[in-house]
Amino acid sequence: MGEQLPSVPGRAQLHSDTLNRPVQTLRVKMVLLGSSGVGKSSLALRFVKNEFRSTSPTIGCAYLTRVVHLSNVSLRFEIWDTAGQEKFHSVTPLYYRGAHAVLLVYDISKRKTFVRAQLWLRELEKHYIPGSTVIWLVGNKEDLAQNRQVSVQEGERLASDRGLFFMETSALSGDQISELLLAVAHRVYECLGTQQGGLSEWEEYPFIDLHHRDTSNPFSSCCKVGP
Amino acid sequence: GMDEEAQTAHVSWDKATLAPVDRLRSDRADSPTPGLVEGTEPGAAVQKSAMFVHAQSFEDLTAEAEKATGKEENPDESGECAEELQVLVGEKNIEEQHNRDGSPQGRTKEEDVSSETWRSHRKHVFVLSEAGKPIYTRYGTEEALSSTMGVMMALVSFVEADKNIIRSVHADGCKVVFLAKSPLVLVGVTQTCQSEKELLRELHYIYYQIVSLLTLTQLNHIFQHKQNYDLRRLLAGSEYLTDNLLHRLERDPGLLLSAVTCLPLANSARDVVSSSLQAAKAKNLVFSILLAGDRLVTLVRKKDQFLHHIDLHLVFNLVGSSSSFREGEGWTPICLPKFNTAGFFHAHISYLEPASELCLILVSTDREDFFNMSDCKQRFLERLSKRSAYQALKEALKCPSYSMEQVGIPELRHFLYKSKSSGLYTSPEFPFVYQSDEEQERLMGLYQELHSHLHYPTRPLRFYYRCGETENLLAWVTNGFELYLCFSPLSTKALAVSAVNKLLKWIRKEEDRLFILCPLTY
Repeated sequence: MGEQLPSVPGRAQLHSDTLNRPVQTLRVKMVLLGSSGVGKSSLALRFVKNEFRSTSPTIGCAYLTRVVHLSNVSLRFEIWDTAGQEKFHSVTPLYYRGAHAVLLVYDISKRKTFVRAQLWLRELEKHYIPGSTVIWLVGNKEDLAQNRQVSVQEGERLASDRGLFFMETSALSGDQISELLLAVAHRVYECLGTQQGGLSEWEEYPFIDLHHRDTSNPFSSCCKVGP
Repeated sequence: GMDEEAQTAHVSWDKATLAPVDRLRSDRADSPTPGLVEGTEPGAAVQKSAMFVHAQSFEDLTAEAEKATGKEENPDESGECAEELQVLVGEKNIEEQHNRDGSPQGRTKEEDVSSETWRSHRKHVFVLSEAGKPIYTRYGTEEALSSTMGVMMALVSFVEADKNIIRSVHADGCKVVFLAKSPLVLVGVTQTCQSEKELLRELHYIYYQIVSLLTLTQLNHIFQHKQNYDLRRLLAGSEYLTDNLLHRLERDPGLLLSAVTCLPLANSARDVVSSSLQAAKAKNLVFSILLAGDRLVTLVRKKDQFLHHIDLHLVFNLVGSSSSFREGEGWTPICLPKFNTAGFFHAHISYLEPASELCLILVSTDREDFFNMSDCKQRFLERLSKRSAYQALKEALKCPSYSMEQVGIPELRHFLYKSKSSGLYTSPEFPFVYQSDEEQERLMGLYQELHSHLHYPTRPLRFYYRCGETENLLAWVTNGFELYLCFSPLSTKALAVSAVNKLLKWIRKEEDRLFILCPLTY
């Protein structure tokens, strides 16, 4: 808090540990799909804050963001963490429409969630245009390997049969989380970043500071919306 | 009344216009006590614009039960809703190939339903379909209760076959109350002295909770196509909302009074918050609600659109029960059943800061409106921080309630005061003698009992005083307010009456902090 960087439309705000070299920021829509309780929200929380805590079932969906810096570009992941409960299935297509990346999540200790992931895949294949979406099959709860009901080979086989990428993760331990996000980032940029109309550029919002109102008005220079 | 209800059922949510029933003029003329007239009581809005659907609270809830059968549900659902149903029906084929996704967060309900512990719970609530299939039980598992629920349905059908309606069974210190709201049947069983009416009121809340998750249109659609449908599939993972609502019904005076309470906040600060919300409007935005925990900070609504207190309590329950809005921004379809049982609104739900108690709910009619709502939130925050109201709001959060010492009436232990015209109530913290959960629930039970007497359908009382061993109680209802007071058992009636006058003066003095006097519209 307190540090206020001037916002330049179309340019990223840089983390202090990187060089002050402005790079382009592109928007990536990423959707998490899968059965109730496989750990979609926990994965999302790891991506965004690298934290773990037990959560109540997601209602509708949750929207979170995380910027990933690659060597020559920044990707702003706009993550749609959907509810696994059946009553929300009727609205889920709203969220995966136009997604650049889909994480199809199952729980390696529950076979039926793996079956369910295949049903989601069938749904997805009805809607998506090949080459416009990168789909990742994610076996979560790798920390429960002693209760494993779905083998690594099975996951790998399904992924290679259907042209998906595959990884096992543990949102609980944090294992393979940043690897997954980076892998998705590279793959999405590779497949869609250079493509015409693939990824759109991120336009910065005015920075809203709820804490330091007594200092100079942070809106005077960069206010785009409002009064 | 009835007209209002009928109207609600027949409007689609994007053009609904629920005008408040304006009873002000007639009441004012009839009332023998000027000043105690609805609209002039402490806590009444300064302008004549109430925030809520203007309904005779308790009667509004229970009158529906009397209205009996034959109310056809609205057939003209909007195209959007039909589309959502289509997806749902299509999905069923896939879904039926394997069994339901068990919710891992499911409650630990492994309670033996034949055990004495199960039997001795003070209050049971069951929901079943008209085919007698279990949908919900408060304790134990639905599976284990399928024969019990079968018996319940048999009772309902047996009496119905004679063109009658079963209301309740009284046996062996138990009250069994039935509420048939097609396509659902709700049954409450209590061993407390709670009245039948109060239990019925609670069953209505549970009914609305289920409708708010699915819409009545969808419920009817499902059971028309498959009488034997197992609704637990669609409610899986949401049982905790019903559990929490039942818990609230035992503890939250707002659900009893059909009212909500506000975060105490200086008038000027609240006005800034309200006008900041008002300015952050959008085409399809219907309600903007700012909550601090279970307290309302402000509510701004579209002109001519009113929120019902039941719908607001369902929103409170949704937000308060779930941690899923803590991270990021939530976006969910929600049916507000007292507004329209046929369709979904879409609610943008987010906390102003991750650890904050302040939660903003923006209700839109358009399911594609996420980014518009997100933008409204940004604009609201921007205005708020500019005008330093955020600091005042955060200060106010430090004392979200007040103690009886601050009220300064020594003989008075505790009270509930509801301003009828605004639909808002105020109540202090529980005093030291009611610190434990059991004591608080007992006091709430006593208030419920008073409430029952004041709202008894055939002989409602205006004034009620009761001496007990542990406390003396007084309840008073006028055209303008409802008041429930709790005194020490050593107090007298004369003291109680003088305390009422002192209290009303105190509330009048504090009303601009305790109530929302200037509700706004976009």
